[in-house]
Amino acid sequence: MSSIISISNLTKVYHRDKQEIRVLNNLSLEIEKGDFVALMGPSGSGKTTLLNIIAGIDKPSSGNIIVADTNIATLSETELAKWRSRHIGFIFQFYNLIPVLTAYENVELPLMLTPLSKSERKNQVELALNVVGLGDRIHHYPKQLSGGQEQRVAIARAIASDPDIFVADEPTGDLDRVSAEEILTLLDRLNKEFGKTIVMVTHDPYAAKKAHTTHHLEKGDLLQEVSKL
Amino acid sequence: MSMLKLIAKNSFRHTLRVILTIIGISIAVLAFGLLRTVVTAWSAGVAASSPNRLVTRQAISFIFTLPYAYKDKIATIPGIDQVSYFNWFGGTYIDKNQFFARVACDPETLFKVYPEYQLSPNEKTKFLSERNACIVGIETAKRYNLKIGDIMNIDGDIYPGKWQFVVRGIYTPRTKSDDATQMFFHWNYLNERMKTDYPNRSDEIGWYVVKIKDAAASATISQKIDNLFKNSRAETKSETEGQFQQGFVASSGAIIGAINIMSYLIIGIILLVLCNTMIMTARERTREYAVLKTLGFTGKHLFTFIAGEALIISCIGALIGLSLLIPIVQGFESFLPKGWFPVFNIENSTYIMAGSSALLVGIIASIVPIYRALNTRIVDGLRFNG
Repeated sequence: MSSIISISNLTKVYHRDKQEIRVLNNLSLEIEKGDFVALMGPSGSGKTTLLNIIAGIDKPSSGNIIVADTNIATLSETELAKWRSRHIGFIFQFYNLIPVLTAYENVELPLMLTPLSKSERKNQVELALNVVGLGDRIHHYPKQLSGGQEQRVAIARAIASDPDIFVADEPTGDLDRVSAEEILTLLDRLNKEFGKTIVMVTHDPYAAKKAHTTHHLEKGDLLQEVSKL
Repeated sequence: MSMLKLIAKNSFRHTLRVILTIIGISIAVLAFGLLRTVVTAWSAGVAASSPNRLVTRQAISFIFTLPYAYKDKIATIPGIDQVSYFNWFGGTYIDKNQFFARVACDPETLFKVYPEYQLSPNEKTKFLSERNACIVGIETAKRYNLKIGDIMNIDGDIYPGKWQFVVRGIYTPRTKSDDATQMFFHWNYLNERMKTDYPNRSDEIGWYVVKIKDAAASATISQKIDNLFKNSRAETKSETEGQFQQGFVASSGAIIGAINIMSYLIIGIILLVLCNTMIMTARERTREYAVLKTLGFTGKHLFTFIAGEALIISCIGALIGLSLLIPIVQGFESFLPKGWFPVFNIENSTYIMAGSSALLVGIIASIVPIYRALNTRIVDGLRFNG
């Protein structure tokens, strides 16, 4: 299998006043296409920063990062925005749905950036909502849905534009066990049925068990790799 | 879903706050429009004045008269097309609160120097042929329900006695900015009575209106008229009609200036109200903007969302304010003493200024939120808890 994410000598440093905070320390990592990867580690270990850099919403201080054949460290903000819309699907811990939009409209949001016609968009949105099992909730607003349903709408939004990679930041962190299980099953399905690459940050060992590969980070260093498949 | 629908949905997210903001903008636009209307009404005489008309009056004061004999002398100056003359009559019609301009005129030249007062040929003929005929503007005719043939009894004050006039014409103004409230009657009717009752006040003119062929020659001709009567018992002061009207307005210059300043301050208030709303709105949505950026929306999109929202709010406020302006101005006018402002119309420029100010305010109010949204890093935005 070929690498869809290739990271070499990646360093991320923040500056707070005169203090230098090294969040990622000369990190190298390869993630293969179709893999389901969990990033684990204590708070402040750098896992979310690594996820953000992979997703192109943060930039490394040094090093190379090639995602979906693009060296994203060299892209401008506008180029990165366009690149994200084509290649990355985001799933956040707190769903981050737009409260004034229905489930349908929330899922349609990323498709507004595509040249798809209205009917093509409609098909795509309905397909995405059906995949997550919310075909009967398309006109519901986020406040009319449970936490698990909101997260499924967020996943539908992520899959609507058919990206190559899904990045999920604590996707089950705000959910009860039953809802969390549903979300993890859905991610597993996306990975197995649709061949999508998934990179997931989690604190939950149970969630991490769903991944094929688990990477542990501590103080910006990649400690070990646990391959389960 | 279109961008416009997304903007519209976001605009009314906090219904109460947006409604209060829209009400604030509406009231401010309304107040701006009303104040501008007062200012334009004050200056209506200046705006309606013709550059081809000169006014010649007594040099010491407008209240002193000029000899009738000046008429023919003025007419000899090259470049003059027509000379007409007028006397302010005053008097009381019905009671002292019923104000409108009552002016003695030369009917033969009135319509030559004031072509903007339009009268049917039939009415004009009757007005010219009857000694005690008068014409009234359509606004005054409506106000007193005057019809052709009605008698107007006026108690004279400047020119004492009981005066009776027959309405022989109702003139209409050519444009909305022309005065449609005046009453004109024959100067000869006035003068004949003066000759019998007050002989020393006969053959006196309040002011001459001189129509010139070339507006560019107004200064030269004014100078020539005044030179003609230099060192006479009644020296003259000639100026363009606009300057003459400006002289009246200038006496109220401080008030008009204050009203003008207030009208512009009101635009500042709209700006602050909308800025406050937009800054609060954008701050609350910091995380959402980060999510939108994450999904691939660019700075251009965020600019459209935020500016579009501010423009929707400001435009709705402006539309409500402007649509209420007509009834409010009419209501305001009804509270003023009748005839206080002969012309009290909402100028097109007032609509344009109020509307464009609201648009401009919408754009300015979105600058700070746009700047913040564009300069907040996605990772910081996603962590924001507003």
